[in-house]
This record gives sequence, structure tokens and C-alpha cells, in this order.
Amino acid sequence: MISAPDVVAFTKEDEYEEEPYNEPSLPEEYSVPLFPFANQGANPWSKLSGAKFSRDFILISEFSEQVGPQPLLTIPNDTKVFGTFDLNYFSLRIMSVDYQASFVGHPPGSAYPKLNFVEDSKVVLGDSKEGAFAYVHHLTLYDLEARGFVRPFCMAYISADQHKIMQQFQELSAEFSKASECLKSGNRKAFAGELEKKLKDLDYTRTVLHTETEIQKKANDKGFYSSQAIEKANELASVEKSIIEHQDLLKQIRSYPHRKVKGSDLCPGEMEHTQGQADHASTTSNPDESADSDIYTCRPAYTPKLIKAKSTKCFDKKLKTLEELCDTEYFTQTLAQLGHIERMFRGDLCYLLTSQIDRTLLKQQHITNFLFEDFVDADDRMVEKQESVPSQLSQDRLPSRSLEECLIPKVLISVGSYKSSVESVLIKMDQELGDEEYKEVEVTESNSFDPQENLDYLDMDMKGSISSGESIEVLGTEKSTALLAKSDSQASLTVPLSPQVVRSKAVSHRTISEDSIEVLSTCPSEALIPDDFKASYPSAINEEESYADEGAIHFSASINPLELSEAQEGGLENTPPQIDSSCCIGKESNGQLVPLPIPAHTLSDEDGVVSIPPQRYRQKDQHFHVDFAVENTNPSQDNSCETFPAYELDPNHLLASRDVSKTSLDNYSDTSYVSSVASTSSDRTPSSAYPVSLSSERHKKRAGQNALRFIRQYPFAHPAIYSLLSGRTLVVLGEDETIVRKLVTALSIFVPNYGHYAKPVKHWVSSPLHIMDFQKWKLIGLQRVASPGSAGTLHALSRYSRYTSILDLDNKTLRCPLYRGTLVPRLADHRTQIKRGGTYYLHVQSMLTQLCSKAFLYTFCHHLHLPAHDRETEDVVASRQLSFLKLNLGLVNEDIRVVQYLAELLKLHYMHESPGTSNPMLRFDYVPSFLYKI
Amino acid sequence: MLRWLIGGGREPQGLAETIGEEQSRNPYTELLVLKAHHDIVRFLVQLDDYRFASAGDDGIVIIWNAQTGEKLVELSGHTQKITAIVTFPSLESCEEKNQLILTASADRTVIVWDGNAGRQVQRVSCFQSTVKCLTVLQRLEVWLSGGNDLCVWNQKLELLCKTSHISDTGISALAEIPNNCVAAAVGKELIIFRLVAPTEGSVEWDIIEVKRLLDHQDNILSLVNVNDVSFVTGSHVGELIIWDIPGWTVRAYERSFWDPAPQLDVQQEIRLCQKPNDVSIHHFTCDEENVFAAVGRGLYVYNLQMKRVIACQKTAHDSNVLHIARLPNRQLTSCSEDGSVRIWELREKQQLAAEPVPTGFFNMWGFGRMNKQATQPVKKHQENGTSCSLELIGDLIGHSSSVEMFLYFEDHGLVTCSADHLIILWKNGERESGLRSLKLFQKLEETGDLYRAA
Repeated sequence: MISAPDVVAFTKEDEYEEEPYNEPSLPEEYSVPLFPFANQGANPWSKLSGAKFSRDFILISEFSEQVGPQPLLTIPNDTKVFGTFDLNYFSLRIMSVDYQASFVGHPPGSAYPKLNFVEDSKVVLGDSKEGAFAYVHHLTLYDLEARGFVRPFCMAYISADQHKIMQQFQELSAEFSKASECLKSGNRKAFAGELEKKLKDLDYTRTVLHTETEIQKKANDKGFYSSQAIEKANELASVEKSIIEHQDLLKQIRSYPHRKVKGSDLCPGEMEHTQGQADHASTTSNPDESADSDIYTCRPAYTPKLIKAKSTKCFDKKLKTLEELCDTEYFTQTLAQLGHIERMFRGDLCYLLTSQIDRTLLKQQHITNFLFEDFVDADDRMVEKQESVPSQLSQDRLPSRSLEECLIPKVLISVGSYKSSVESVLIKMDQELGDEEYKEVEVTESNSFDPQENLDYLDMDMKGSISSGESIEVLGTEKSTALLAKSDSQASLTVPLSPQVVRSKAVSHRTISEDSIEVLSTCPSEALIPDDFKASYPSAINEEESYADEGAIHFSASINPLELSEAQEGGLENTPPQIDSSCCIGKESNGQLVPLPIPAHTLSDEDGVVSIPPQRYRQKDQHFHVDFAVENTNPSQDNSCETFPAYELDPNHLLASRDVSKTSLDNYSDTSYVSSVASTSSDRTPSSAYPVSLSSERHKKRAGQNALRFIRQYPFAHPAIYSLLSGRTLVVLGEDETIVRKLVTALSIFVPNYGHYAKPVKHWVSSPLHIMDFQKWKLIGLQRVASPGSAGTLHALSRYSRYTSILDLDNKTLRCPLYRGTLVPRLADHRTQIKRGGTYYLHVQSMLTQLCSKAFLYTFCHHLHLPAHDRETEDVVASRQLSFLKLNLGLVNEDIRVVQYLAELLKLHYMHESPGTSNPMLRFDYVPSFLYKI
Repeated sequence: MLRWLIGGGREPQGLAETIGEEQSRNPYTELLVLKAHHDIVRFLVQLDDYRFASAGDDGIVIIWNAQTGEKLVELSGHTQKITAIVTFPSLESCEEKNQLILTASADRTVIVWDGNAGRQVQRVSCFQSTVKCLTVLQRLEVWLSGGNDLCVWNQKLELLCKTSHISDTGISALAEIPNNCVAAAVGKELIIFRLVAPTEGSVEWDIIEVKRLLDHQDNILSLVNVNDVSFVTGSHVGELIIWDIPGWTVRAYERSFWDPAPQLDVQQEIRLCQKPNDVSIHHFTCDEENVFAAVGRGLYVYNLQMKRVIACQKTAHDSNVLHIARLPNRQLTSCSEDGSVRIWELREKQQLAAEPVPTGFFNMWGFGRMNKQATQPVKKHQENGTSCSLELIGDLIGHSSSVEMFLYFEDHGLVTCSADHLIILWKNGERESGLRSLKLFQKLEETGDLYRAA
């Protein structure tokens, strides 16, 4: 059956990595010039060529009132990462695009300093000189000792890939907002504490002064006051005033609108705090009382100090560190969140986008995706559940809990999608929260989403920003990317995407962001720049228009009208499915099957944001051209390229979270492994801080490769795979644990899951099997022992032979039922041209997804399972089922069993929404088995 | 080819009839393993349409949902193994609110449980010996406990009356028979007691020994009431006696189960190891026409009218059959120490001639009892041949140790319990699949998704 060249020795141990695909060499005249950096070992996708740092990192900077902009810390905190990149210089730049219209001080008409709860601003900027592009998130923290009580900070995600920043803006914004919210929550807490201390000091000072004054009064009863006494009185008055001021500040900080906090879902404990504070502040007028009944009573008792009359605001004092400004707890939490962000956005944009699309698509199949997919969705589900149960959240006040939450990977692209349909509502909410700077925006949207979900995105700022630094190009703001992300996700659902298309979108999206602020292109190949510089469009953007460019490929420097029209056509064609997709997501959010009414995406907001004349940018643009050229020809960057650690250039490493892949790789490698428990449990713990999908990338490849080998090596691979797909436990029997484990891992890609948890796969067992095992496991690696002790094992195996298929690796035999379907041959063609494990894995996934959809159809077709009328017998229903399976789904022979089995799993899963509670029943058939030999 | 698989296992049995993997008439294509007991599970009792209780050597009683396999309640109170379990009021009147479960244990107590509330109602611990059997006389609203003596209790657990000390070995089986009588098996003896309910004349309950029947030659293992006029007992040496109730006389006496009628091909592997308990009658079940007896490893169908065995399966299992039950559609289910459950169908024989004629060849091996029996001219039915046959239509393999008992639910399939501490729910896969679909669409309807889609 098998022809020699197809046979690859499965047990070949040393050759673990798949061989690189060797192309036959072309004649010289046909050869295409290679990518200029190829000979340096860089991958052509690497955008790092012009940058001085080896990979993306996060920089936190502060605009210090003493020394100006200064970098505080980077994540990862590794000098290798940012290399020769000038952090000081870059801090200067990112801080100089500061935005704050925040006014802190004495506003006219108010006697007291007023705190402004300014929204964070989020800008994208590019620095051509450094070859760096950054998402910059500005935030303000309060510090009693600082000038105007504020300390401006910013967090920047710095990448060499401009497109990455642009396309992931929404996600970056969401994630950084969490981090920022965390910092600010801690800061509010610390600031309130600081104010209280200060009030106590002042109170104490007042008492002291008062006593002194009294003494002086008594001391001289001459009827007039000495200058000293007057001075004391003045001092006392200023202390009184200061007390009132600080009380007011305290009240303000405590009355921080907790709707915002609620929306942030990051620091659940804070909600209570602010609530309590607000109530408290409203009832207390006496600072003593306030201090006594402080809700931060857990603090050690504070001994008040005497405050000197003179303000100590001078430059020699040491400003508080970021950690001091925020609570330490919150600070570490923020760092963890930032680390999470760094891991999340690590790797190439193509990869990020593909995996996002992948996840979005998977999420849409929320009924079937548990069958063959990994466990990321389970996490998402958990997140959703947690979000939908706010009471639970508020019960758990520990920051650690919220930390865990923010570490749970989210499907990013869906954020954009949600956002797209809820954002105008958000704007309104923001305004309600008291940012008077904004004009009222009409909400034209019918919103049918769960309010909880909306709150999730409350913190997304809709504020524009102003570019002020020289040679700094602000590339986009939230508004433009909100649209951008939306159209991204939608396009991704419709068009078969190649990375090029995705990339081009980054360019084309500029055209749709006119209503927002400074839109600027720095890319020399940007063909649509002139359009961008037209005056602002009317505020309401036609939906069709905004998507018009979706399908277009704008890589060429010049665009001809034909292309454009084609693109528009493409865009129009894409619109209906886009509606579909948003519906699906909406449906998902409500946990329902059916599309919701389509919300109209009409954006009609107009911000009072400064538009910057386009001419300036044009100049800058040219400047950039030059820069770019210079950098490209700069020989020094060769060195910087070489200094990169080798692993950075390996796309796999860029993709995967390295730590995870390292540890979990062991389970799958040939030579070493931990126990199977470890390997499964590593998959099973969704609390791990990194997306599991990323980490298992390698496993997939390996599994795919080994599965491919199995298929090529064994002519009876089909019935074996059929066994797995139809829920009949396959026992892989062998003496060598390594080989067995390897094959079990490989074959596990065909095993349907029971739920969102680990696959029902047992990699290695040496004790006799039991009936429970067949109920629990669908793929078992079983040790064959030569000793007489194995008799029991083999006896059990033969006794339970009706529940199992047995693949004997040592004798190269398979005992299992006959398979005559057509599905598995397509799934596992031993003559397949697929050479790479990863490719084969994807092939299997796509085939299985197809299969899942069939199972879905079969399961949820009402008329197939219920009698059409009372008199209809069960036989009629059964025959209808059969004909549906055969005719409509095109299933042949045993393929029907596969779909039926999957359908049962779907039913069970749908009914018991809590997976993992119990194993499903063991289903089996009374069918004869056959023995296959090579 | 399969040697490598089977080889190394125990020697092929070969004796019991086997059925291949193709069992088109076996409806049980789904199983659910229930694991909660820590020791041999010996008893299963049905509580209502969907619940059953299990009890065993670990001394705990567990109430299960037969549909979902969900463990509903765990009742623990006994310190030693449970020797008998009975429900009270029994199934016939389960509309009464609190269904009581009585359990007797080797710790010499009887505990009354409330099955619905899942709690212990009362404990009776005044027993001199282990209560080995319990029975409920529904009509009189009393229950009886059989140990070394026989006690009668009412529903409030008041001792109404008791017999004197009967025997040190104690009562091994107890069955209600008509006319307010109970039959108690004590060793080889069968003692009939009559229960005297309080009347106008006397306010006291009383229990009177009516008759001692001494016809059995060995210990009586099984005892079951057939109908108003007869009951049946079976002994360790394979005596099956059908008794007339009013007169306490032997209506029929059958002790020919070990008569050789083996198939020719198995005669070569003569059962040298055959012991008396190979013909011991472990369990009976009966319907209007037939008494079904689990005799050693075999199954026999004894027709009450014809007073003879109409069908038999001499080696139905590889080991002793422990429990049998009638299922609808003329089906018979048996479970055995060999760990399997087999489903049989009683069929009318088409051709009587097809039955292999017993050759009597077996006699020459000369086992004492066998020889004696073989000389007796009681095997007239053998000459006529059996008129029916028990055909194996399916076997259920799941337990790894002896299957102690099983329970049949009309709607939910079969429940088996075993010495491997497990309980397995065997279900009709197709029906379950249909039910799941039904539930699925119900859920869809509840959430409103069904019509939104339409």
C-alpha cells in the first residue's frame, strides 16, 4: 500500500526539526535580487533594520519639574533590548508631545485649587531619526509636593514597526489604559493618604500656633499687638486657609467619579474606596473627624509634624518616585500588566494580526470551537463571565485578583469591534463624567449591548492631542484607530487575508480618520497623503466610504484610478459580511445564537481639537524621506543588526513567548519530558500570564510533523484517525516511552475535546487499563512490559477490546474497526504535498473546522431530531437524520459516526455550560474489529 | 493474529457461549461509570422512576439519579458492611411522601433513612446478631428483620413481636408469601411463619411458626414467591422446589440441573473442576409462566405449567451467575462473577430435533452426586428436549470484577454494581442521543434562540 519514497522513518530520533524546504536552484539569469539585508541573516520582514533597539519595549518616562523629561524604567528591564537607543532623547520627545489641557490651580471664580481629573491621552508618534515608533500614553499623577500637584508621566510602547503601532492601536490603548488606571488608582489612594497626613500636620500646626498666640496675648496685655503676634496671627490664618484648601483637595480626590473606576474593572477594590470616600467626604467637615474615621485606618498611626510657615517647594527636595506616588501594590501590579503588554505584542505584526483574526473567527464558533481548538477561548469565556458578574468582582477586593484578571489574554480584535459599535455612546459617557471641555455629541446609535461590556471600554479616551515637538510626527489618535480597528476586524472576517493586504490597510486607513485630529503619514510609499490633508470631512462619515479602501492594496507608490475603483468595489463587496461579523460578535456577547439588529455605525462626533496645517507635515515628510534614505544606507546599522541575539531573528522566537516555549517544549521533545501530568496541566492552567496559544505554537508544529510522519509511515493511519474522531479510544502500545509519547502527542491533534479544558489524552500509562480510563481518555499511550506482570495489562486490553482500537508500535499492527469513509483520506493523505508540520497542523485544523460545522448543522437542525408531528415515529426521524447526513452533508459510511459523535459532544457541551465537571458518557458501538498490518 | 493480544492473559474460557463484537440487538451503546463507593457494591434498590440507592461493604448508602448518573445523597452511618437494604414503603405506594430506606449492617444495627431528605431517621441497635435479611410487608405496614431470630417492626420502629432464637447461623433468606406468611430459609430448613395482626380479640402482634419444611438436602440459597399458590426455593446443590402455599407441600422438585447436556465440542474440556456450587441456585426470578433460575454458571427456565425446564443455557457465564432479572420483550438479563452482564432472549424452538440429544457421556466421569443423579429416571424433559432456547443477544463488559447485582429502569437502562467498587449505568445510546437533542432544543427554546433564528 505504501510506496517506498513516502515512508519516512517515524522513529528517526535525531531529526527532530523539520528539514528546511530546499528549493531547486534557479539559473542565474532568473534569480531575483535578494532582500538587501538577507545576507546578514535578517528576515525580510524585520522592521528592525533602521532601529537601534533589538525588539519592542515599553518605556516609562516622567516630565520631572526638576530635570525635565527623563526615562524612568523600561520593560523588559534589559539593556540588551533597547541597545543603543537613546532613552533620554526619546523621553524628551515623547514628553514633549504632552497634551495636557489639564488645569490645576486656582481657576477664576474659585477660591481653592481645583483638581482636574484629566483623561489620559494616547498618541502615536514616529521618530524618524531613531527609527522608532511609539504609542504614547500620557497620564497625570497627583503629588502634593509637586508643582500644581501634578506629575506628568507617560508610558510608551516603542516599536520599529510603524504599522504595528497603528494597527494595534486599539489594543495597545486598551491594555495601557488598564495599566494607567491601575497606576492612577494607586496614586489616588496614596494622594488621599498624603493629604490626610498633611491635614493632620496642619491641624497640629494650627493648634500649636493658636496656643502660642494665646500665650502671647496673655503675655502682653498692653492693648496692642506686637509685630510678632501679628505675624503669628497671619501664620495662623494661612494655616487655616491651607487646611481648607487641603480639605477641599481631599474631597475632590475622594469624589473622583467612580463610574470611571467601575468601568476600568481593573481595581475592584478601588470602587469601594472611592464610594466610601465620596460619602465620607460629603458628610465630614471637620478634618479631625475626617482623619479619625479615615478609611485607611490600617495605616500606622501618624504623628503630626509642625509645618513651617514657609513653603518647602524648592528644587533641592527629592521628588517621590513612581513607586511612592502609587501604592507599592498597585505599582507592582502595573508592572505586571506592562510585562503582559510586552509579551502580548511581541513578535511580528503579521503574526499578531493573523492570530487575532484566528481568534476572532474561533470566537464566532463559540459552540463548536471547543472540540479541536486550544484553550484560549476558555479564558475569554472566563473573562466574559467575570465581567458579567460585577458583584463578584466587587467582593474580591484584593488587587492580586484584579491582577490576574488583567493578565488574562483577551481577544484583541474584538475589542475594536465592540468599540466600533459602542464608541459614540462612550463619548457621551465621558462627557457626563464631567469633562466640560468636550462639546456635546449627539448619540445616534441604538445600542443593544450589555452595559457591562460597555463599561469595559469606558476608559478609552476619545481625546485628541496636539503635536508640539519638532520632528515628531503624530501619526494617529484614538479616533482614527477606532475606525481602523473596526474596519480591520471586519475586513479580516471577510477577505482571505494575506499579510500584504493587512499591511496595506494600515496605509489606507489614514483616509478614514479625517474627523479626528492630526493625521500624518511618514511612509514614503504613502500614496494617499494629499487626501489626508484636505480639510476635515463633515463629521458624519458614511459607513461605506469608511470601508471603501479595505480590500485595496496600496503598496505601490502611485495609485491609479482603476486600482482605486477596484478597491472601492472590493470594499463594497465586503460590507455585507462585515455586518455579519459584527452581528456575530454581538451575538457572542449575549451568549446567543442569533444575530442582533444591526447597529448603525454613524459617527458624528467632532472634537474641539486643534488641526495643524498640513504644510508643516509635508515638510516633515520630506525630512523623513531623507532620514529614511540615510538610515538605509547607513553602514552602522549592519552592526546593530549583528548585535541582535540570534533568537531575536528567529521568527518562531519572535512569535512565541520564549519562557513558555522553553519549558513546555520539554514535554514534547524527544529526549526529555516531564510527566504527562505536567504537560497537560501546563495547558490546563489558564491563569498563566501569557496566551497559551502562543506558547503552544511549537507544539503544534511538532505534533503536525509527527502526525505527518505517522500518516506516511503507516498505511493504516486512516482507521486509527477514524477511531480518534469517532470517540473510540485509541491505545498506543509500545515499549519505548519516548516513541509512544511522541506519537500520542502527534495524534492528539485529531482528538476532539470534551470541553474547554485539556484534551482527553493520556500520554503514558503502565498500569492495566480500566473502564474509567476509556470514559476519561480517548488517546492513551500504554506501556508494554515484557515481564509476566504485563499479563494483566494485556488481559484488560483484550477484555475491553470493544471500547478500544489498539495501535501496537512494536509489531506495527492496528486493531480497530473498518473505515471506509472519505473524510479521513482527505484529512490524512499519505501522499500529501504538505511538508511542514505547522502547515499540516493548519490543514488538519481547517479540515476539522469544516467537520465541526457539519456537526453543528446536524446538531442544531431542529427538524432532524424532533418529530415533525405527533404521529411521526422515531424511525422516520432516524431516517431523516441519516439522509441529511448522507445527502446534505455528503458523508459516507463511517464518516457519519464521526459527525454523530461530535454532535453528541456538542449537545453535552451546550447543555452543560460548565465543562470539566464530569466526563461525558462512554459511547461505543458493537462493531467488529480488524487487524491491520504493515 | 490476535495472539499477541490475548496471549498472556488468562486461558481462553471457551466454555461459555460467546457473542462477537457485532451485537445489533444490544441496545446498550452508552455507559457511564459512577464511582463513589470504596468497597464492593452489593445492593441496588430502586426508589422511584429515576432514583436508585446503592449499598455495599463500605457501609454507605448512595442515592443516584439514574438518568444523569448524578450522585444525589450519600448516607453514612453504618460502621460495617451492609447486609440488606429495602425500601419502605416499597415501590407500589411510593406516592407517600417520605420514602424510607432500611439498611441492615454487620454492625448489628438497622438504620432507617429518609431517602428524600437524605438523612438518618432512626437507628435500631438492639440486635443480638447481624440482620441478614429485611423484608417489608406492605399490606400490614410492618417490616421484618431476620437474623438469629425474626423480629417484626412497625413503621415507627417499634418492635411488635419476635420469635425465639431460631438458629445460630441465622436466617439467610426471607420472603413474603400470601396469607400473611413469611418463609424463612435457615440452613437446609425452610420455616413458615404466620403473622397475626391485632384484631378485636388481641391487641398484640404475634408471629407463629406454621411449618418446618425439610425437603432440601443442602442450604437454601434463594427463595422467591411466585404467585398466590406457590413459592420456589433453590439450594446449594441445585434442588429447585416449588411449594404449594396452603398445604406447604412440594408441588415440583427439580434437581437435574447438572445433568449433562453439553455440546459435543466442549466435552473434551471436561469440567474437572466442577464443584457442587456449580449447580447452586443463587437467584430466581419469575413471571406468570416461568421461573428463571441462576444455577451455577447456567440459566434455566422452568415452566410452571409443564413442570419442566423448557430452556437452559448451561454455561451462560464463565463463572457463577449471581443475579438474574426478567426484562420486557421476553428478555432475561444475568450478571455473573466473571464480571459480565449478558442479555438473553427466550425463543420458541423451531425444530426440536435440532437440539443435541444428551448422551449421558458425562456420567462416566463419576462424580459422586452426579452418578447418583444420573441413575435417577427424572430427566424426562431431557428426552423430550427443551422447547425453548435462550439466545445470547448481547453482553455488557465493563466491570473488572464480579457483578453483584443490577437494576433495570424502563426509561434509563440498566444499572450494574460490582465488586470493583463501581456502578455502571448502561444506556441506550440512540435514545439518549434523542433525549439530548430534545433537551438541547428545549434549552434553545428557553433562551429564546430557537425562534429568533427562525
